[in-house]
Amino acid sequence: MSAIFDEKIRKVAAEPALQRKVYAATGRLMDHRRQAVTEAALPDYQELRARAHELKKHTLEHLDHYLEQFAASVERNGGQVIFCETGDEVADFLTGLSERRGARLLVKSKSMTSEEIDLNERLERRQLEAVETDLGEFIVQMTGERPYHIVAPAMHLSRHDVADLFTAKLGVPREEVIEAQTMIARRVLREKFLQADIGISGANFLVADSGAVVLVENEGNARLTTSAPPVHVAVAGIEKLIPRAQDLAVFLKLLGRSATGQALTSYTSILSGPRREGELDGPEEFYVVLLDGGRSKLLADAEKRQSLYCIRCGACLNHCPVYRKIGGHSFPWVYSGPIGAILTPQFQGPLHEPGLPFASSLCGACAEVCPVKIDIPKILLELRAEVKEAETRAGANRLERLAFQMWAWAMTHPAVYELGGVLAAAALAGQEEYVRELPGLVNAGPAKAWASQRDVPAPAAQSFRDWWRQRRGGRA
Amino acid sequence: MPARVSLFVTCLVDQLFPKVGIAMVEVLERLGYRVDFPEAQTCCGQPAFNSGYWAEARAVAGHFLDTFRACDYVVAPSGSCIAMVTRHYHDLFAGDPARQAEAARLADRVWEFSRFLLEVARVEDVGARFDGVVTYHDSCHALRELGIKEGPRRLLQQVRGLELREMEIAEECCGFGGTFSVKFPEVSGGMARTKIDSILRTGAQTVVSIDSSCLMQLEGTLRRAGAPVRTLHLAEVLARR
Amino acid sequence: MSRERVLGNVRRALGRAPGQAVAPLPEPRLRIAPTPLGERLRVMRTAIERLGGKFYEAASPQDACRYVAERLAGAEAVASNAPLLAECGITALPNVRAGWTDPADLREACARAPFGITCADFALADTGTVVLLTSREEFRLPSLLPPCHLAVIPRERILSGLDELLAREPLPVESRSAMVLITGPSRTGDIEQILVRGVHGPGEIHLIVV
Repeated sequence: MSAIFDEKIRKVAAEPALQRKVYAATGRLMDHRRQAVTEAALPDYQELRARAHELKKHTLEHLDHYLEQFAASVERNGGQVIFCETGDEVADFLTGLSERRGARLLVKSKSMTSEEIDLNERLERRQLEAVETDLGEFIVQMTGERPYHIVAPAMHLSRHDVADLFTAKLGVPREEVIEAQTMIARRVLREKFLQADIGISGANFLVADSGAVVLVENEGNARLTTSAPPVHVAVAGIEKLIPRAQDLAVFLKLLGRSATGQALTSYTSILSGPRREGELDGPEEFYVVLLDGGRSKLLADAEKRQSLYCIRCGACLNHCPVYRKIGGHSFPWVYSGPIGAILTPQFQGPLHEPGLPFASSLCGACAEVCPVKIDIPKILLELRAEVKEAETRAGANRLERLAFQMWAWAMTHPAVYELGGVLAAAALAGQEEYVRELPGLVNAGPAKAWASQRDVPAPAAQSFRDWWRQRRGGRA
Repeated sequence: MPARVSLFVTCLVDQLFPKVGIAMVEVLERLGYRVDFPEAQTCCGQPAFNSGYWAEARAVAGHFLDTFRACDYVVAPSGSCIAMVTRHYHDLFAGDPARQAEAARLADRVWEFSRFLLEVARVEDVGARFDGVVTYHDSCHALRELGIKEGPRRLLQQVRGLELREMEIAEECCGFGGTFSVKFPEVSGGMARTKIDSILRTGAQTVVSIDSSCLMQLEGTLRRAGAPVRTLHLAEVLARR
Repeated sequence: MSRERVLGNVRRALGRAPGQAVAPLPEPRLRIAPTPLGERLRVMRTAIERLGGKFYEAASPQDACRYVAERLAGAEAVASNAPLLAECGITALPNVRAGWTDPADLREACARAPFGITCADFALADTGTVVLLTSREEFRLPSLLPPCHLAVIPRERILSGLDELLAREPLPVESRSAMVLITGPSRTGDIEQILVRGVHGPGEIHLIVV
């Protein structure tokens, strides 16, 4: 792995308080989800997962068709669709739009896609103020850091951290009570909502047959972002398409439950275009920006394409014992957790962070809870092979490859394997079954890494095969 | 004429934990099976496969297929090795239909030990006695890839004198994950320590699992923490009288 | 043109030609369990109360009006232009204003008023959800800006759940700009996972069935 990744992980390992916080917060989300998908609460849970997987599979296999259908539907409703290959194009569009409208202030509801393309930074460089309105994102924006978790962006911060931030950035008297902190944010952001020139949202789903943008939230900031300002721009990856409005019956039953254990979140908005004749509120202009941003590259791989089925529920993060130990900021890109581990190498290349696909024990807890049944462990295994192939081509990590080649040679030549076992036993077998430390020369590399955390099993004085032979009266 | 069972003891058991293999032999013979040990066996290839070295893994997996080709039943004290053979050999041998076919044929004949007892031997009570409080750890590969959860518990419940107590996080990964344990030692160690906290809260003196790799991780961590709890493979418990 | 480039990227990745046919999709999965109204009312009450919302089954339109009047206690309220609200007499209550024609006017009132009163196009019993469709009569802001939302629901519009809604209203949204499913008060757990209600949307919601 890269030194940066190693360093980040060590840093978190040295912060037990943070680790406990993350472990507890994700544990609570796990509990919420569990009670929402019991046999009693959702008897068709497994069937719904299978359906959701099939619907996403179908949509992505025919994505060009559904993109065209979606665009036609949006346009029919009086909106506009903007296709963008890159983040730059998205920023260009928004700048152009802002100029045309004389806009300076933009409000944003949660959009991981916009994080992916560093949209806020790009806008700021063009003198546009973009304010995050989701409470967690609003707080995190003040720290200059990335969101910690897809669903709980400020999971790593305490009320004291929030008090510090609000005093420093908002100039308000110090407030430690969480409810009061929330009301401060409400007051500050309400002004922004009402003054903003443009509201930028993401999209949980894009519905092809109706040209609708579906937003799922609990706070109401997405509703305000898309209802108060005169212009609404939804920025979404092309993979967000679903074929029909009626397919929401499958997806909406899975999203809330998988994310936070809610049958439905406080607000589900199905938005299709600018305000109609006679409506007195809602945006006058409606745009959907469809971002490729490298997704078409992932589409090309029939096996790993399922990585794009993700509906961003966060369940895999919550259930991942590794995420629960290293937290969201240890990951190299905007997407963390198991989904981040499979998306990042596919978007950024296998050598961007070669250690990432290996930062997993392959326990499979993620795949068990993924509402769209992405086979994350299988994809991690394939990505590991890709990393090794890339390293071989780049001439990196030669020693490791050599070690495995020797290992494979030993494992295909039983006599060599046995000899290795005999030598190890002779060197290391002793009275104890486990030893605390390894002698001198052996205390290096993987052996040393093992011993740094736990006692080391000593080779048995007599291997099983030796026992077998003796007992069976074979070669003495 | 008792049915013939071939042991795949796994490299870990062969070299580090032979008692597990010995215990398996005892239990199987007690049940009337004729046990053999194809001596050419080494490894299923999982370490290389999990590390991204698929060519090397294929070589070792091919050797496995050759070693066990003629066996009626292959029984192993490991969920992860059985999962490797039954669920991953197919992908590993992509582009080699001959090997894929062999792997498919063998997949029907390889068994994790507890599943063999329950579904082939059709026994729950093997006549074992073990006095003490035990807690069971669900090995991830066995649990999620092979669906093994209730079986080992049923076998343990039939052991005379044994009290089975569930830990809160039985299904959480112990943190071994093969080379993960040495590539990410702090994380692996952290996961193990979380697990042993839960184990210690049960008051059990022994942790039982069906995978020696998990047991190695847990026992190494328990000893490092100075805890008196020890680990036993299910086979070792079932072999006790 | 970016559109053609993106579509081209996608087609190339999938090995598809422009206009190529699409494999058939299975029918949408919609499971509707028919339940009697009494059952639906009971389920809805349980659902919304569990979320911290209030549920009131009015004996008559006048009774609904009385309930609203008690909540308002004379305070300012923005009512939507839904005819049902006028029929119940709600729009005649002191300090309740309806009959909106000007967007700026509506917005300013919603930003100021402590109460927003709307009708509901549908309700979903199993989740305690109120469904609002935008139109000349129903707007977005009255159920969003004021800290308390009162929703008057005609009982014949109470559906069993989401599947029934999607089966009935294939999607409303060609002629309307929005359909919003409101399930309880606005909430967040973003700070230390402590639940706080009313962060951006209303912290208080009343479902009044007539």
